[in-house]
Amino acid sequence: MGNNCADSVLIIGAGQAGIQVADSLRAEGHTGPITVLNNEVHHPYQRPPLSKDYMGVDWPSEPLPLRGPGFLEAKGITMLGAEATSVDTAARTVHLADGTSIGYSQLVFATGAANRQLPCPGADLAGVHALRTLDDALGLQDALSTARKVVVIGAGFIGLEFAAGARTRGLDVTVLEFAQRPMGRALSAMASDWFAARHLADGIDLRLNEGVTAIHDAGEGLSVESTAGRAYPADLVLYGVGVNPRTDLAEAAGLEVQNGIVVDAALQTAVSGVWAVGDCASFQHAASGERMRLESVQNATDQGRHVARTIMGANAAYSETPWFWSTQGPIRLQIAGVSHPGDLPVMIGDPAAGKFSIALLREGKLAAVESVNSPADHIAARKLIGLGLELTAGDITTAGFTFKALAKEVLMVGS
Amino acid sequence: MPTITFTQPTGEATEVTVEEGTSLMRAAVTNGIEGIVGECGGQAMCATCHVFVRPEFAGQLADLSADEDEMLDCTTAERTEASRLGCQIKMSTELDGIVVDVPSDQV
Ligand SMILES: Cc1cc2nc3c(=O)[nH]c(=O)nc-3n(C[C@H](O)[C@H](O)[C@H](O)COP(=O)(O)OP(=O)(O)OC[C@H]3O[C@@H](n4cnc5c(N)ncnc54)[C@H](O)[C@@H]3O)c2cc1C
Ligand code: FES
Repeated sequence: MGNNCADSVLIIGAGQAGIQVADSLRAEGHTGPITVLNNEVHHPYQRPPLSKDYMGVDWPSEPLPLRGPGFLEAKGITMLGAEATSVDTAARTVHLADGTSIGYSQLVFATGAANRQLPCPGADLAGVHALRTLDDALGLQDALSTARKVVVIGAGFIGLEFAAGARTRGLDVTVLEFAQRPMGRALSAMASDWFAARHLADGIDLRLNEGVTAIHDAGEGLSVESTAGRAYPADLVLYGVGVNPRTDLAEAAGLEVQNGIVVDAALQTAVSGVWAVGDCASFQHAASGERMRLESVQNATDQGRHVARTIMGANAAYSETPWFWSTQGPIRLQIAGVSHPGDLPVMIGDPAAGKFSIALLREGKLAAVESVNSPADHIAARKLIGLGLELTAGDITTAGFTFKALAKEVLMVGS
Repeated sequence: MPTITFTQPTGEATEVTVEEGTSLMRAAVTNGIEGIVGECGGQAMCATCHVFVRPEFAGQLADLSADEDEMLDCTTAERTEASRLGCQIKMSTELDGIVVDVPSDQV
């Protein structure tokens, strides 16, 4: 692959992934023009604090920028407040909402994801909120400052982070989840069950196997009706029922889309010089061979760095070990790797004390580790997963076993 | 308002002034200080806000928490006695004038 260090690069989306591509291109020595399209009114900011610090007691007065305005300027990265409306890959041109257009040599889709709508009557009533953007978070802060009863629909990461924040503010919080377990898509059943018990003990009324059928305006507040035939009064409803990748632009441009913009192991689409990174990308993970789409900061930043290096001439398959974190009140969860339903879970540590990790073994190898208030396990796991190490449940439950010691041993031998 | 000086591996120093209570990581990111990334938004989850605190200020810092200690084991630039996570340092008048060295690598 040639070195394209003077090419003009156009990045659609000024989120975690898009800004990373721009920053890494400069760090790798790119000298050509770099333009990032930002269709939000705010300077690019970090999303994770929005459902955590922003929803607790002591919220920050300013959003945390992805990079300061001075940094982007000093690097010669052009931020354009504009929305892309169509892409012509043959003419290498992107059309913008204001009627103008802009050419490119390399195009990066970093369009992220959009919240799935709540599929029930009443979803558009005042007092019903979703959370993806800074404006959503500011609206929720207003609502939180007068709310007393909160209903959260969906026990995913964002719903539970928000619920824990609302609890620290002393509010009544009910969480409705139609599935059997919270965070069931991402966590092992063992971890998920622990979280369910812990949130209940912390005073969150977590109701599993109970979906929402409708939300009504009950005069003084809202009423949330459930599949169990109950009605929950609320003056604030937050729903977090998943996201859809923002792929419409790419699809209209004729690129393949399958739950994400389809890219190869180098994160390139079928059109040379057109890439996709972050929440919007469906990619082939080199280490595991699986096709996946991930929604995490690690995925956005590592993919951003990867594409920047590839544009600059590197030739490698993307194979970073995925990792993720969530904080729910005082609980700190870190996940390394991606678990599957059939994995063998092995507990290590002290779940009663809220400090443990669950190793997930697949075909005799370490596939993922979920750590609760155990960062040392997590850090070690990040180094171990991907090495394809043989490991049994017996190894892990042997007295004295720690991931940290194992990582030290293995990496010493390897180096 | 307290000031912080960030010194780059090249020797270049930048002084910034911040509100009390602001973390050193937030001060760096907001002011575009090269080499401090803050990828986890200040949750002590990523260790990309690693700094070396000059010894004359070390005594004024809050003690290392267990979480910070464990995360410092995975910094990209090698950990030293002076290593701290910038997101765990809350600026106060006592820390006015603090000088920190930015590591050569964060990721
Ligand atoms: C509330 C919340 C909490 C989170 N917490 C965590 C966490 O604790 N840990 C973790 O790892 N991850 C967390 N995440 C996920 C993480 O923030 C995302 O995975 C990450 O932001 C993805 O980056 P991205 O650049 O792919 O997408 P985004 O950050 O969504 O950025 C995409 C940008 O592209 C813009 N865009 C889209 N279409 C166009 C267009 N046509 N023209 C111009 N611009 C366009 C969008 O408006 C957006 O600004 C959280 C997410 C949210 C919403
Ligand atoms: S910002 Fe992530 S550890 Fe400090």
